[in-house]
Amino acid sequence: MSYTAATVQLLTPEGVLVENDVSAEYLPLIADLSDEQLREMHRHMVVTRRFDEEATNLQRQGQLGMWVPSLGQEGAQVGSVFASRPQDHIFPSYREHLVGKVRGLDLIQIMRLLRGVTQGGWDPKETNNFHIYTLVLGVQTLHATGYAMGMNLDGRSGTGDPEKDAAVMVYFGDGSTSQGDVNEAMIFAASYQAPVVFFLQNNHWAISVPVKVQSRTPLYLRPQGFGIPSVQIDGNDALASYAVTRASLESARSGAGPRYVEAVTYRMGAHTTSDDPTKYRSADETDPWARRDPILRFEAFLRAKGEGDAFFADVAAEGEDFASDIRTRTLALEDPPLAGIFDNVYSDPHTLMDEQKQWLEQYEATLNDGSNGGTA
Amino acid sequence: MTIDQTVSTPESTPNAPVQATDDAATVQTMPMARALNAGMRKAMRDDDHVLLMGEDIGALGGVFRITEGLQAEFGKERVMDTPLAESGIVGTAIGLAMAGFRPVVEIQFDGFVFPAFNQITTQLAKLTNRHEGRISLPVVIRIPYGGHIGAVEHHQESPEALFAHTAGLRIVSPATPNDAYWMIQEAIASNDPVLFFEPKSRYWPKGEVDLSASSGPLQQSRVVREGSEVTLVGHGAMVSMMLSAAELAGEEGTSIEVIDLRSLSPIDYGPIIESVQKTGRLVVASEAAGFSSISSEIAATVTERAFYSLEAPVLRVTGFDTPFPSARLETLYLPDADRILEAVDRSLAY
Repeated sequence: MSYTAATVQLLTPEGVLVENDVSAEYLPLIADLSDEQLREMHRHMVVTRRFDEEATNLQRQGQLGMWVPSLGQEGAQVGSVFASRPQDHIFPSYREHLVGKVRGLDLIQIMRLLRGVTQGGWDPKETNNFHIYTLVLGVQTLHATGYAMGMNLDGRSGTGDPEKDAAVMVYFGDGSTSQGDVNEAMIFAASYQAPVVFFLQNNHWAISVPVKVQSRTPLYLRPQGFGIPSVQIDGNDALASYAVTRASLESARSGAGPRYVEAVTYRMGAHTTSDDPTKYRSADETDPWARRDPILRFEAFLRAKGEGDAFFADVAAEGEDFASDIRTRTLALEDPPLAGIFDNVYSDPHTLMDEQKQWLEQYEATLNDGSNGGTA
Repeated sequence: MTIDQTVSTPESTPNAPVQATDDAATVQTMPMARALNAGMRKAMRDDDHVLLMGEDIGALGGVFRITEGLQAEFGKERVMDTPLAESGIVGTAIGLAMAGFRPVVEIQFDGFVFPAFNQITTQLAKLTNRHEGRISLPVVIRIPYGGHIGAVEHHQESPEALFAHTAGLRIVSPATPNDAYWMIQEAIASNDPVLFFEPKSRYWPKGEVDLSASSGPLQQSRVVREGSEVTLVGHGAMVSMMLSAAELAGEEGTSIEVIDLRSLSPIDYGPIIESVQKTGRLVVASEAAGFSSISSEIAATVTERAFYSLEAPVLRVTGFDTPFPSARLETLYLPDADRILEAVDRSLAY
């Protein structure tokens, strides 16, 4: 399943702006992006891809338990997150490294998660409301919907003040669309007219299972059955992602209820570093997608606008610096103390946690002073 | 002492809302159903970010009428009739808690909680830990549970242990109207997720409720009847059953102490250990199946902590390790006073 007649595309794979009746609705939104913002979008895509490569290397070198590459999905991510406003809340799945980076997440936090020194890692209050990753598929769509219901109840949305009205955006993938929670989230979002934008990255593969096993109908049609307006976009087109997501978020913030965007993109890499895509897909499939690469097309677009080699060399150098910095800081991450596992299970005091922590400390003390008989 | 074992149906019992009052001496007689209603009403009046979610809880007041009248007072936004999807209810409650609310969720029956099992065990229970303690999730999940009402399948189960095995959840169960009144308020005030198991067969027997009493910590087991020869421990509807057994044993000259757990996770072992040090004998009673159960947990822990006080092994009186049987068999399946006393006799024979 790939593009359909309804797919919104504003930038061709060759980097040329599309002029037709559909794009006429969205091109004015693109016109609001300054040259500096366009350069920033490119910079984030290139640096995140270099970060991704470095993280994969670190996993291969035994420094991470696993890595989850976002290779190929940078366009869908950068466009959508650039459409968000500071007051919005973002609920990611686990592959939205670029979204987090743009919202202000220090990507070392993702390294902490996948190196295994934390189960979550960051404080959404310190990352401009970019919430923590979720590994159980689809559950976060309900959390996002509930959060958006709360925004409505507290008058944080739909007041008519575009500077204050907020919305929630939740990221998920084509595999997740089969989860009951995603469907229940659409039901709740529609029933309570919650200000939430469902942002589906259809990257065509749920590990080894193609999207046609998840759905025989284009996925953007599903929300319409729930009463949620939806748009399918070329997910490798950062400008289409920006414009359609911006229109969707503005609708949600204004009190018009939930919206749904299906970004048709492609997972160029493995599901994770534990995966071997050569077992289930061939170059015949991946080669055409390589030619639709979101970064290549954005570079062509910027060059046509007049950006020169110096800018692209500068971006590449920033990617190298970023990767080097992440490597250094990842290798410096220290294992947390075992006794810390008891500290955050509950918010209020808990006798079992206190007892087991005390026991552990006493046990560790006997190991340290050799009083256990010296057999350890 | 008379023990009310009659079963009332929701339809036959009026459940007019309690008018909460600040009168310091207010003690009223009411069933647990109304005490829960009064407790939630007070919590909602005290904090406008307390809200209720569930199936049929609005105009109908829930299938057990526990939330009757609350939507009329607080509106449809704070007493939400939700779509019929338990995972959706708990999942959105988590999001609402992240946004600063204190949602109180009603699951219609014990056997209907399982569509939400994933959200409860992988998300609600773990998100505070996953946030390294930076957020709290004050969500209460009320679950009418247990047998004795002649219900159909999935309407009489006791699934407490399935949740007690998951770190990050607090699990409580009131046995009396008075406890229900303050415990629901304390559960709502808790910064941790609380699974609030309501013994549905005890919804309608009346008891005195002190509407002015300040609540205590959730984790406090309570000696409800003093005795010297055998200790009985249980929770929920089993408390009145244990009291019946203790009365019968007393008539035959055996002195039995009865302890209401109230909190199932964590467990307040202080009064239990103290009692066993006095009696030397412990019988744990529960409607739930015995294998891998809270009863087993108590037996193991008391054996570890009070081994030298025990005159007999800790015995368990539980449901059998089968699916809950059809309604005509439930009084034979569920532990009754006779089965408890059989275990008391075995304990005394050591």
